[in-house]
Amino acid sequence: MQVPLWEHDTILSVERLTMRFGGLIAINELSFKAARGHITAVIGPNGAGKTTVFNCITGFYKPTEGRLVLYHGKPGSDLLTPLTDGATPDISDQQGRVFLLERLPDYLVAQKARVARTFQNIRLFSGMTVLENLLVAQHNHLMRASGWTLKGILGLKSYRQAEAAAIAKARQWLERIHLTARADDAAGALPYGDQRRLEIARAMCSDPQLLCLDEPAAGLNPKESGELNALLRGIRAEGLTSILLIEHDMSVVMEISDHVVVLDYGTKISDGTPDFVRNDPKVIAAYLGAEDEGEVKAIEAEVGV
Amino acid sequence: MATMQSPAADPAMKPGLDYGAAFKDACLAGIIAFLIFGLLLGYETQQTLTNQIILVPRTMLLAGVVAIVVIGRFLINLWSAHRAQTLKTAPTKTTNPLLLKLEAQAGPAFLIAAVLFPAIVIIANGELQSSRYLVDLGILLLTYVMLGWGLNVVVGLAGLLDLGYVAFYAVGAYTYALLATTLVKLPGLEWLAPWMFWICLPVSGLLAALWGVILGFPVLRLRGDYLAIVTLAFGEIIRLVLINWVDVTNGGAGISSIPRPTFFGLPFSAADNGFAATFGITFDPMHRIIFLYYVIVALAAVTFIVTLRLRRLPIGRAWEALREDEIACRSLGINTTNTKLTAFSIGAMFGGFAGCFFAARQGFISPESFVFMESAIILAIVVLGGLGSMLGVIIATMVLIGGPEMLRNVESLRLVFGSDFDPTKYRMLILGIGMVLIMIWKPRGLISTREPTVTLGKKAQAISGDFVKEGHG
Amino acid sequence: MAGQPSLGQGQGIVEYFAQQLINGVTLGSIYGLIAIGYTMVFGIIGMVNFAHGDLFMVSSFIALLVFLFVTTIVGITSLFITLTIVLLASMFLTSLINWVIEKSAYRPLRGSFRLAPLISAIGMSILLMNFIQVAQGARNKPLAPMLTDVIKIAGEGNFVVAISYKQIVIVAVTALLLAVFWYLVQRTPLGRAQRACEQDSRMAALLGINVDRTISITFVMGAALAAVAGTMYLVYYGVVNFADGFVPGVKAFTAAVLGGIGSLPGAVVGGLLIGLIETFWSAYFSIEYKDVAAFSILAVVLIFMPQGLLGKPEVEKV
Repeated sequence: MQVPLWEHDTILSVERLTMRFGGLIAINELSFKAARGHITAVIGPNGAGKTTVFNCITGFYKPTEGRLVLYHGKPGSDLLTPLTDGATPDISDQQGRVFLLERLPDYLVAQKARVARTFQNIRLFSGMTVLENLLVAQHNHLMRASGWTLKGILGLKSYRQAEAAAIAKARQWLERIHLTARADDAAGALPYGDQRRLEIARAMCSDPQLLCLDEPAAGLNPKESGELNALLRGIRAEGLTSILLIEHDMSVVMEISDHVVVLDYGTKISDGTPDFVRNDPKVIAAYLGAEDEGEVKAIEAEVGV
Repeated sequence: MATMQSPAADPAMKPGLDYGAAFKDACLAGIIAFLIFGLLLGYETQQTLTNQIILVPRTMLLAGVVAIVVIGRFLINLWSAHRAQTLKTAPTKTTNPLLLKLEAQAGPAFLIAAVLFPAIVIIANGELQSSRYLVDLGILLLTYVMLGWGLNVVVGLAGLLDLGYVAFYAVGAYTYALLATTLVKLPGLEWLAPWMFWICLPVSGLLAALWGVILGFPVLRLRGDYLAIVTLAFGEIIRLVLINWVDVTNGGAGISSIPRPTFFGLPFSAADNGFAATFGITFDPMHRIIFLYYVIVALAAVTFIVTLRLRRLPIGRAWEALREDEIACRSLGINTTNTKLTAFSIGAMFGGFAGCFFAARQGFISPESFVFMESAIILAIVVLGGLGSMLGVIIATMVLIGGPEMLRNVESLRLVFGSDFDPTKYRMLILGIGMVLIMIWKPRGLISTREPTVTLGKKAQAISGDFVKEGHG
Repeated sequence: MAGQPSLGQGQGIVEYFAQQLINGVTLGSIYGLIAIGYTMVFGIIGMVNFAHGDLFMVSSFIALLVFLFVTTIVGITSLFITLTIVLLASMFLTSLINWVIEKSAYRPLRGSFRLAPLISAIGMSILLMNFIQVAQGARNKPLAPMLTDVIKIAGEGNFVVAISYKQIVIVAVTALLLAVFWYLVQRTPLGRAQRACEQDSRMAALLGINVDRTISITFVMGAALAAVAGTMYLVYYGVVNFADGFVPGVKAFTAAVLGGIGSLPGAVVGGLLIGLIETFWSAYFSIEYKDVAAFSILAVVLIFMPQGLLGKPEVEKV
């Protein structure tokens, strides 16, 4: 069997990740890799620990143990050991930069390591307009352009140009998610499916290297699901952003993913291409269900409980 | 308390004009009122010469209050029953479109009105001295408008509940008072005296902003009510330090003979180098009052313009995003601590400017002016006006500060209640009742919509308050 | 607040310490009683009841008026009967007031904008304070000292440890009422309903609990305990003023936070601690800065251990 892409062009490497809440082990020694340019899916039944993995990657939780390595470009493999032994969160050479995400606070994971995310329960700025949501996502870039507010308050031309560019970028994303007509409406006034896509567009406006989507298809009708898949395929085709997504509904995942990691009770039970996972007896046993208990779970997964 | 008997609060009232039930309910309210007020109003505690406390009955007052409660409750019952019958569908809650139009033009319109105000008052009165009261009132209102706008940055935009805002007002005031009174005494610096106010104004603002950062840094990770309580504690600590650190602040006695502001170096005095003499007009103490009025107009205008500009900049959008959803902000790489700190310190800076002005205007300050109640009033102005709304602050100031102040002049009240009736005694009482009533009537404040900071289309649509969040920190 | 004997040189240190301990526990019981009102309301509807300190002050005024009414107009001479009537009447009337306040100023705002009940409560605090000022005047209202006898526990000469009858009464009444209260919230269906509403008021409503009534009762209970504190305050200090609600209110809130807001034993423990800290601070450091100390504790506790001593830690939900 040939070496899969995620082994030699890795963007994210999760290594022996363990997360405990009090006595409860939510994730137990989880390791997997995600390839640059791929759509990687983490699936598993409810309570398998998927969102916890996400919260660790994006810095909202500090993992109890383990290493989360993120690569920008293709830095030399000799960098990882000095980085791990040292105290800094990142190290770089000519070819790229390596981050240890567990060492960064949440906002720096987004700002420096360029990992953006969405949330299971959509977190838009609901009282702000659709356009404003997309501009807030470009905050750090615009803050620099506004000279940390000084240039902005004086209304200098360089800032006005940067703002116009940011609006142009937002407008481009609005066209991609078919929301141009609603640009000046409150984000909270949009229908659910539009909110999902807006949240993804907002994350994309921060120019991420890795985009983490927490159950993007949850609660969508078939038409909205189709639009979502098209959006994700479009992002993949551009090749600038890799995608890591969580789902518990396998049918959505199989359609668009390049690589699937299956979790159950905080441990990895399968890892490979969609075809491999689909036919893995362990997955079938634990997830799709051969026995009564499994059937219940499968049904639960179908109806999206 | 009769006025507080809100119709919505009584689930027992059924629709239908049932006079019997309404009357029964009113009688029950009367009994409750009698129990509550029986002693508190029915008897007055008076101190005798031997320092004994005796009870003096006030039967008529008690009977009157209970009667008002019964009748008021009865009428409210009838009215709410009537309304329940006629209005089957609840009216949609939107802000008056007129107010929305006003909001867009609020700044310039208010500024023009504020600039013209003294002229109108003086022309109407025919001479300077008799206009003093109204111009003073204008200064008072504008000071509160400015404080409201400053706090609005913190509470309305960034969604951080600050109950200790008056601390920054105090920092500004004491900075000016201490600097001005000590610096002029230093040998070789006497020539600075006429310029003291203009030197100290920026210093006061910067020091207040610095205190905003110092106090804000440890507390800004707290959320909601906890943040409110910690800021309250800090506000009180600063006040208590001002009272107890007698060597520096002169304690509860306060600081007096604070240098008054000058007309850019020209003192408002009858002297030869004074303002009046220089411009060849006859001296009048009102010159200074009018000048002070225009200083606060300018300060308020600066606050307004800067806030408006900041709101349209990335930092302002980040504040509002923070109010909407802090976790989403962090997921987008926004350093929420720094963002909160900027909001806190800019709000504090405006408070400091206002404090400096206050000290210069009064010529005397003491910790008494910076009690928690001031913070509560400023917060009430912001919340009652509608979080984030600049026009709301103006309206709420007029209602909360101007309204009770106007009581002073209503002569007819004296005719009703007798000549020794002092309406100002009831100012705070009315303020308290007003806060409760306005909250029940409009929990989101008078103006609850939000203007977008940037638009793609030509026409800006205000965002309904139902979508706008209030922040959690 | 209480008058302290001057610190003895060399000898009497232990006696002085013991005396402060007694004073601190007395003061702490008063704070604890008020703190329960804060903690219960916060637990059940997540609101800082700003007016609670002023309610305590109002109850103190009611106690004063009832005391004067009973002694001068009714003419009862037995101090025991008088104080019992004063306590019960103050508890009843204060509860009634809080019931009306909850029903008219807070209930219409339930489920609305989060800041609205807080502003309403601040308004109510201003209202109560100024109502008393208008109705009863701004001057201190002193009462002739009562229960002034003291029991000497230890020491001799200038260095005695004494406990006054009123301190005994305060601590005993507090303990007794806390026991009754504890029974109510732990062993009765009412207490169960309260705890259910605390956990999830919507679910509690679905299960047939009358949430509005439960919240009303919570306010009534909090007010009754505040009234006990108000009466004790009057008995202890013998003077009350319309502005006396704010600082004890903030200190009691500090106690609730220190103990862990939402926790009833926490409120009592926190109250005792604040009472002791304040007393010892005044006794050994500086009486001027005793309020600064209380406010600083509030800030430090909130910043460094917001869950308090006996509260549950909060995990941020992402």
